Amino acid sequence: MAATTVSTASRGAADNAPRAGAEKRRGRGLDKYYPLYFHLPAALFFVILFLVPTLASFYFALTRWTLFDMEFIGLDNFAQFFKEPSLVKGFANTFIYAFVTSGAKVVLGLALAVLLTSQVFGRNYLRSVVFFPVLVSTIGVGVTWKVLLDPQDGLVNRALAVVGIDGPGWLTDPGLALFSVAGVDVWKGVGLATVIYISGIVAIPHEYVEAAKVDGAGAWQIFKNITLPLCRPATVTVIILSLIGGLRSFDLIWTMTRGGPGFSSDVIASVIYKQYQAGFYGLSTAGNVVLFLVIAVIVIPLNMWLNRKGNRS
Amino acid sequence: MSIRKSVAVLAVVTVAGALGFGACGSGAESADGVTELSIYIDSDPSSIALWDPLVESFNSSHEDIRISYETHPSGSEGDNLIKTRLSTGDMNDLFWYNSGSLLKALSPDSMLVDLSDQDWAGKVDDNWVQAASTDNGMYGLPVGASFSFGMIYNKDVYAELGLETPESWDEFMSNNEKIAAAGITPVVQTYSDTWTSQVMVLGDAANVLAADPDWADNYTANKAKYAAEPAFAGFQHLQDIYDAGYLNDDFASATYDDGVRMLAEGAAAHYPMLTSNVSAAIGENYPDADASLGVFAIPAEDAANTTLTIGTPNGMYIPKTTQGEKLEAAYELLDWLATPEACTVMGSAITVGGPFVIDGCELPATATSLVEDMTPYYDADNTGLALEFLSPIKGPSLEQITVQVGSGISTAVEGAALYDQDVEKQAQQLGLEGW
Repeated sequence: MAATTVSTASRGAADNAPRAGAEKRRGRGLDKYYPLYFHLPAALFFVILFLVPTLASFYFALTRWTLFDMEFIGLDNFAQFFKEPSLVKGFANTFIYAFVTSGAKVVLGLALAVLLTSQVFGRNYLRSVVFFPVLVSTIGVGVTWKVLLDPQDGLVNRALAVVGIDGPGWLTDPGLALFSVAGVDVWKGVGLATVIYISGIVAIPHEYVEAAKVDGAGAWQIFKNITLPLCRPATVTVIILSLIGGLRSFDLIWTMTRGGPGFSSDVIASVIYKQYQAGFYGLSTAGNVVLFLVIAVIVIPLNMWLNRKGNRS
Repeated sequence: MSIRKSVAVLAVVTVAGALGFGACGSGAESADGVTELSIYIDSDPSSIALWDPLVESFNSSHEDIRISYETHPSGSEGDNLIKTRLSTGDMNDLFWYNSGSLLKALSPDSMLVDLSDQDWAGKVDDNWVQAASTDNGMYGLPVGASFSFGMIYNKDVYAELGLETPESWDEFMSNNEKIAAAGITPVVQTYSDTWTSQVMVLGDAANVLAADPDWADNYTANKAKYAAEPAFAGFQHLQDIYDAGYLNDDFASATYDDGVRMLAEGAAAHYPMLTSNVSAAIGENYPDADASLGVFAIPAEDAANTTLTIGTPNGMYIPKTTQGEKLEAAYELLDWLATPEACTVMGSAITVGGPFVIDGCELPATATSLVEDMTPYYDADNTGLALEFLSPIKGPSLEQITVQVGSGISTAVEGAALYDQDVEKQAQQLGLEGW
């Protein structure tokens, strides 16, 4: 523990020194960066696989497109998309899902990270246990949990029955389905948040904790006044990552409920996918443009705000 | 530095190569006078079971043509693959696909070869002609048997309780009351497989047409709605059986397989379902239950309107990209598929759920006894095509809406109104007039 802390801290200091020298040596303007052709392969991939499809989708969103023929219809697709009955529900669900999973990952991730950086028995084993679900394919997780959460034969409700509780239809109750999926999402994703928090906590210089202990601070005071403020960058990363993940979440919801029962667990991404399934290619592209803009409008200011606060502290 | 440079160059070359040559591939030349034909089919086990013997039988009786098949996933993923292949000119020599509204979403006039001048065209059923044609031509040969959207029921339960097959909705509900009193589940619903929830609405189509023969045309022309009678009855019936508590306890999580099992074991009395699916399940898993299961038309409000709703099978289609000797060979394959000989192969390959729609094809002895129950409806001319074979419009969200209505999340009135909105979107996307 002490050794890691020292090495991370000293590496941070060592990084800064040569970087200042290198900037002086490389000159001004573009010259101070790596040669342009270094970027070429990455730029090629970026342009072909990201920029061209993105720009094309902005155009296709304005057409009625059946794959066989295409008709330019202006903003009709957007008007239609916003009339979509399941869309309002989808938007509300997306935000609920994103905030629930994001919040739970911050709280649980931090709690687990504090636990797993303390002198707990079998620490390394526990760390791998917590991280393990991150490695499993989302589809696999969804299928497995769908079986486990089956109201009649699922392991979860059978276990509850042993202690005399009549378990609900986790995925078939319209009021519960979205939260059940969110719970599985947290189970799967909290390992990543924990790892980010662990690295954040480990990077806090140990001297602060020792000084606080000398002043007579208890465990809670150390956590509140040292750990929590100093791992703010980790919190920012976890919030941003899980919020983006939550806003565009699709795979877990699709494998577990397909947006059902009815439309009760539909999110924006599943509404869009259903348009694509139905063969409404222009309409679903319009939906993707909307989703792209919504995520950008939420995440970019949030990122700037969180980072500014982080820098100030 | 030079290593980095060459890595960069290599990356560029790889990307360019992948983009340039990825599209190429197919295009088998005919060697030694044998024309190879590739057919695109879906990967359902029952489809494979049908096509394996067909391919074998055709290849063994034809020396100069060899056919083989390639599979795609079923459902909407398959629909999208078909559309993509057709629109990029990359379709196999022939493909086997739905008739009715899904066919009409493929722009058949510009994409497919018109088959109305073929010799067998006079031998196919009128229902088929309607389901596979546009104003400009007929595009498919039926391969497989027709089926019905009916109420599958357990005859043993009916015999035990002394019930008669119902003619009207009220009779059906009073049967259900007696069945429930005997401790048996009256109606199975299996909403884990959402597609199964639609049968109560789709299977009511012939009843709607019996009440109003112009309904399908008015519907296509934006003049008839599900929110109004007679079509509203389908949604109302879904709500009725939920409200009365006639469903199995696990309706929300049960799967299609559970539904057939409950019916075959006599744990439940009715299951609104397609005869083709149930016949296949009986053939594979419940041969002993064959004699116990029967089918009747989903009852209409008024007994006089009760009509059996039927659907036409998949068809074989030729894309316009198939030309020259491949086209000639494809015509020859279709000629063979239209013969009674081919129907015999089909009849022994799968357990059919209804009669064939080509003249001269007899119902095989292996057909389930369900099919016998359908015969009186055919004999009395008391059948009607399902709406999806009469109109190009079928709303994509019907299955979610029927799950909502059928499990009490929304009322029939809300569900029907929502479906009318869904239908409007589909019609606008198809560019139909009057929407």
